[in-house]
Amino acid sequence: MSSGSNRSRSLGRLPLLARMLLLPRTWTRTREGMIENRPGLTILSHVVLMLGVAIIAFPVYLTFIASTHTVQEVLAAPMSLAPGGHLVENYLAALQHGAGESTAGVGRMMVNSLVSALVIAVGKIAISLLSAFAIVYFRFPLRGFFFWMIFLTLMLPVEVRILPTYKVVSDLGMLDTYAGLTVPLIASAKATFLFRQFFLTIPEELAEAARIDGAGPLRFLRDVVIPLSRTNIAALFVILFIYGWNQYLWPLLVTTQEDMYTTVIGIKRMTLGGDAAVEWHLVMATAVLAMLPPALVVILMQKWFVKGLVETEK
Amino acid sequence: MAIEKRARFASQWLPYALLAPQILVTIVFFFLPAGQAVYQSVHIQDAFGGNLQFVGLDNFSDLFRDPLYLASFRVTAIFSLAVAGLGLAISLVLAVFADRVIRGAGLYKTLLIWPYAVAPAIAGVVWMFMFNPTLGIVAYWLRQRGVDWNYLLNDGQALLLVIFAAVWKQVSYNFLFFLAGLQSIPKSLIEAAAIDGAGPVRRFATIVFPLLSPTTFFLLVVNIVYAFFDTFGIIDAATSGGPGQATEILVYKVFKDGFKALDLGGSAAQSVILMIIVITLTVLQFRYVERKVQY
Repeated sequence: MSSGSNRSRSLGRLPLLARMLLLPRTWTRTREGMIENRPGLTILSHVVLMLGVAIIAFPVYLTFIASTHTVQEVLAAPMSLAPGGHLVENYLAALQHGAGESTAGVGRMMVNSLVSALVIAVGKIAISLLSAFAIVYFRFPLRGFFFWMIFLTLMLPVEVRILPTYKVVSDLGMLDTYAGLTVPLIASAKATFLFRQFFLTIPEELAEAARIDGAGPLRFLRDVVIPLSRTNIAALFVILFIYGWNQYLWPLLVTTQEDMYTTVIGIKRMTLGGDAAVEWHLVMATAVLAMLPPALVVILMQKWFVKGLVETEK
Repeated sequence: MAIEKRARFASQWLPYALLAPQILVTIVFFFLPAGQAVYQSVHIQDAFGGNLQFVGLDNFSDLFRDPLYLASFRVTAIFSLAVAGLGLAISLVLAVFADRVIRGAGLYKTLLIWPYAVAPAIAGVVWMFMFNPTLGIVAYWLRQRGVDWNYLLNDGQALLLVIFAAVWKQVSYNFLFFLAGLQSIPKSLIEAAAIDGAGPVRRFATIVFPLLSPTTFFLLVVNIVYAFFDTFGIIDAATSGGPGQATEILVYKVFKDGFKALDLGGSAAQSVILMIIVITLTVLQFRYVERKVQY
């Protein structure tokens, strides 16, 4: 009795988290075997995860809150952490007129971002699917050479060849066009590998049967290979849409006219011009608008997103 | 190229036509510009923008004598090691706990993975807003606690800010891969150790962490590549390389020297050095894949 009260008194001096860890351990017998229960550790897990979620979410919460205030309320350090009452008018103003140095509306920029992201995603998938089909289903001179050529593009990200690539695009008259924003980015070694890897798992009997039935390669591609690749295409689409939407360096180089800016570029221009001149409430509304489409794609298509992420890295 | 298909189609022209779009884009926008960069890196252009003169490796030796370039190398090294180290540590902790919980695991996963979707430039703007010395709320809290926070003047603070923003964006990616790695460890191993009396910390140190090492190595390379090449937007939006050159990583310097200072030879030499770095990192990454296949 006395030793028990001693024990609880000494426990009382420990921090709360340490005390939780000392909750008694029990065992549960299940069909698979013994499972150890440590209620203390489970509570600690939830505490750590909730803390993680809160820290990860805080910057975006703050962005959203700032987008619902007037600029005076945002500048009044410290800004209130409760939502303000100007959500609708701020978003309408940003969509129609933009902010600060940039006078193009964010509505126009969202259209540019959407067109670029879709063209990049669909373009990458289409040309990679065709290349992988050629490499897997045909034998022809220079096949290995072409394969290695595609592989080498992995080692040439846009960042390491900025200036000469810009010059090529400008010589071709592609500055300030959708083609300039998208075509230079649509070669894809990773997507080509992914399709090649997948095609190698398609049973050979299918191609054999198609040949015996007199179906040509393009018919086989359309009726057998593409339908079988549906889940791979969906997974790649999610990853590539995000990639296209979030491009920064490339659109920064090839767009000079405001009506060709993408949302991500536009937001940076809005923050130029010194602290006092920046319309932070509109900048933050634009940031929310720029995050929304890719974040929705990740959350709504989570299963495909995870599949795409894991498989393109293999 | 280990497995090959037996059943194939025959055509003299079709495979070339199928490959044509990809190869065309590859040549025009990848190989020509890369070749151009290599060519320019061993030449200098005279002041009138005319004749190119072959100068061998002079542009490179100039670079390595330039204290600003060496400083940029140092900043890049600190930045990428900090981003990779901090990012891996935080996401490993989150993944280990997420792997433990049964109730709410799916919800936690959803709430942790979405920052992957945020553009680097937007992450830069958002973090700059939080830490802005005049209106940022976190800067305000820091000042209340007596920290003299002004990343616009203080080199170290500026570097910290871009490191935080870069880690924040990358945690979701690392988390997903660590969680997948943890879930592929056979539960029977952990149970056997638990029955033998090994506590959770000991089990992690002697079983889980060693079995996770291929994932950790893979993520280390991916994170370094990310810090080198995918953080341009964060830096440009949050600090524009400043104050001074405090956050000017190599990729930012290539851009600045090429587009703002119009130093063709120097910028091209920097591009070639970056290419060598990417090639090294890509080879490392593929060696990992080979090892994994053997398991």
